[in-house]
Amino acid sequence: MSQETRSPQARPREAGTAPRHRRAHTLRTPVGVTALTGCLLVALVAVLGPVLLGTRAARIDTDAINQASSAAHLLGTDNLGRDIAARVVVATRLTLELTLLATAIGTVGGLLLGVAPAVLGRRAGRLITATVGVLVAFPGLLFLLFLATVFGVGSTGAVWAVGLAMVPPTARLVQNLTASVAGADYVAAARILGVGRCRLVVRHLLPNIAEPSVLYATQAAGGILVAFSGLSFLGLGVQPPQYDWGRLLNEQLNRIYVNPVAALAPGLAVVLTGLMFGLVGEALAQAGGRRAPRPRPAAPRRAVTPAREAAADTVPDAADGSLVQVRDLRVTFPGGRHAVRGISLGIGAGEAVGLVGESGSGKSLSALALADLVPHPGRTGARTLRFDGHDLRADPRLGTSLAMVFQDPMAALNPALRVGRQLAEVAEVHLGATRAQAAARAADRLGAVRIPAPERRARQRPHEYSGGMRQRAVIAMGLMGQPKLIIADEPTTALDVAVQQQVLDLLAEVRADSGAALLLISHDLAVVAQVCERVLVMYAGLIVEDLPVTELARGAAHPYTRALVGAVPTMTTDPGTPLATIPGRPPEPGEDGGGCSFAPRCDRARERCHAAAPELAGFGTGRRVACWYPVGTTAGASAVTTSPEGETAS
Amino acid sequence: MSSLELRGITVRYGRFTAVQDVDLLVPEGTVTGLVGGSGSGKSTLGKAVVGLAPRTAGRVLVAGRETDRRRGRGPVQLVFQNPYASLDPRMGIGAAVAEALPGPAAPRSRPFRGTPARARRAARDAEVARYLELVGIDPSRAALTPDALSGGQRQRVALARALAARPAVLIADEITSALDVSVQGAVLNLLRRLQRELGFAMLFISHNLAVVRYLSDQVAVLDGGRLVECGPTDRVLRRPAHPTTRTLLSCVPTLAPTEDAS
Repeated sequence: MSQETRSPQARPREAGTAPRHRRAHTLRTPVGVTALTGCLLVALVAVLGPVLLGTRAARIDTDAINQASSAAHLLGTDNLGRDIAARVVVATRLTLELTLLATAIGTVGGLLLGVAPAVLGRRAGRLITATVGVLVAFPGLLFLLFLATVFGVGSTGAVWAVGLAMVPPTARLVQNLTASVAGADYVAAARILGVGRCRLVVRHLLPNIAEPSVLYATQAAGGILVAFSGLSFLGLGVQPPQYDWGRLLNEQLNRIYVNPVAALAPGLAVVLTGLMFGLVGEALAQAGGRRAPRPRPAAPRRAVTPAREAAADTVPDAADGSLVQVRDLRVTFPGGRHAVRGISLGIGAGEAVGLVGESGSGKSLSALALADLVPHPGRTGARTLRFDGHDLRADPRLGTSLAMVFQDPMAALNPALRVGRQLAEVAEVHLGATRAQAAARAADRLGAVRIPAPERRARQRPHEYSGGMRQRAVIAMGLMGQPKLIIADEPTTALDVAVQQQVLDLLAEVRADSGAALLLISHDLAVVAQVCERVLVMYAGLIVEDLPVTELARGAAHPYTRALVGAVPTMTTDPGTPLATIPGRPPEPGEDGGGCSFAPRCDRARERCHAAAPELAGFGTGRRVACWYPVGTTAGASAVTTSPEGETAS
Repeated sequence: MSSLELRGITVRYGRFTAVQDVDLLVPEGTVTGLVGGSGSGKSTLGKAVVGLAPRTAGRVLVAGRETDRRRGRGPVQLVFQNPYASLDPRMGIGAAVAEALPGPAAPRSRPFRGTPARARRAARDAEVARYLELVGIDPSRAALTPDALSGGQRQRVALARALAARPAVLIADEITSALDVSVQGAVLNLLRRLQRELGFAMLFISHNLAVVRYLSDQVAVLDGGRLVECGPTDRVLRRPAHPTTRTLLSCVPTLAPTEDAS
């Protein structure tokens, strides 16, 4: 019942490359090439080996018993004078057959047992889960030997023993996988639609657990190969006159000092084939996207266009005395995706600035870049990145004068630590406080964010707090130092409406008490309007408008800001008329036509808008807008020439 | 078309009572907004109606007849909050809508019996295309999987799937709260148009009072699992009778800046 769960995956266009493309790409990686070659080689040997060398491997030659390696017999001969090299090659087929058969038994059994609890009733499901649990607890090797004894010696018995021994761990894995899929909304949706159990399994459960299951099966095949060879080696598996690699190893091991290669060759075959199974699994995992292949090196980046360089200089010079000065901030991801495409902004001491925009507009990344927290493959670049007189890149101020409040307070707090301890850590690390001092300050700060009985609450863990209380605790953590700037990234999105109001009030209060500036990032214009004095509107990685909050409701100059404002139903919207919408979709990162990025969706766009991108330029007093034809000016006039009368705000 | 009537719905999880004794009537062809804070039980109530949450007590009547949730599909469909989770990532959107269509999927459906498989499939594809078009998705994209679609488009597909089941009643559980504001407007417009065209009764669950006000004929307020107020939208929002409603109303953030902010 959380209000909004704007998860990171809520960015469809970043979901990655198409599966087919990814598959083809994986085949070209070293792992893919090696796995494919290995597979083909082993398959070829298994198919052709017995055909070409079958007679040679079976020919008994009493004149050449127990010979060492020679030109005629590459690996020597065994005690009946048979060529060992030929026997190793011929044994490939039987070994592979038995391995794959056992893997199939294990996988099918594991799938059946693993899916059953999700399909059967609650009681039967519990029984199966418990049984699998008991079987998993049983030591694997013991289970295998027990089954081998039960089924008796011979290949059939060994196949069943090894296959069945694989069932419990597979079933456990499948159970866990299905449990997570079975709880998904789309399975619930299928249930409401009255989809039957079997169809549910075939159409929804199995396809969604296929990838990890296949990966597990290939890895298990490697293990089964070794287990099977072990059984044969012990004499429990393949019986003469049949032979597999384990059997050959068994026969030759007693002569290892006389003819070492004869004993090592079948062992080597087992190891290499096992490795091949592992590589196939690895390649499948990459192709399935579980582990992303390393992205191709970024396309050579275009030089920064001189026009934009110049634009960066148009940041109001008044910002020089301000707390935060950012010029030409960029966040780039591999593959040439520019998430933030050169923004410039200034925040005055004690000022509250809102940063609004839709998902994918780069607003959160801009804020993370200020705190030097851009996630891994992303790279931050800026011409100026100054905070409180320091260069942020050389001297990150997080924890002392720069505080960060995240969207999800449960994720921002460590569930294993007491809240007071987590807060105290800040003081110990950054302020050099003693443990007792830090604990006292933590309780004091919790009190400052209006958490009742702060001493007692400090000893509790995050799960004992309500959602709103957790967000208060995170804010308190930011207050452990002496913050001059609080960056709050969607701080109320995960909260209830009533709690949202309390947290917003608290932020305003904290700002009044500490004199800290606030950068509030939100997709919700109304939230920003409540707390902030100035609003920056981002679209497609650029700031398109910078305006005082008093102008937001009626006086916005950029068509995008206007559209955003119009799209939100308010308590005065006429239910009889349709809501304003913005046609089209925002451009994907890297999709840059050269013109204004909003032009394709803008009903005011003209030729000029498609041809050249407008810069963020001064517009009236204390306002900036990136638009050739801002709303409120005479059409066709340049952005800077006219400014609506009487709009002198802040 | 039909009405939805809830009588004494109670949902308990162990000792915790999520929904207690809720009576609610959603009249034929109208929209009832269900509002409340988090934990008020509004989503649980929606789930209990379609059988996803265990009903401890109470009855659900659609068009005056009790629904049987044990077999097949019910007359009530639900659209989920998160369009990123409510569509099977491995299933094409056309297939997802097709799954909801009444027809050959149910083995003993009469109209299609005996028709050749190809004709049956063509009829099915046409139906899928019709529903996709209804929600503004190009039918030529039916083969795409959800990851090729944006959040708003996914929510449209989820809506198409629910409508393809020809529900008498639709429950929309926070369907726009995971979407961007510009997309939210388009989805709300669509929902309103479809509701008027197709005339189904709708229970619209949301925490956003402005959105509820925009869509609903009637508003019901839940608090702590109990229905505390219910009445025509205008009356409830203008003259709230219960303190919970008043609190909710006072917490609606507005674009016009308040005095203490600047």
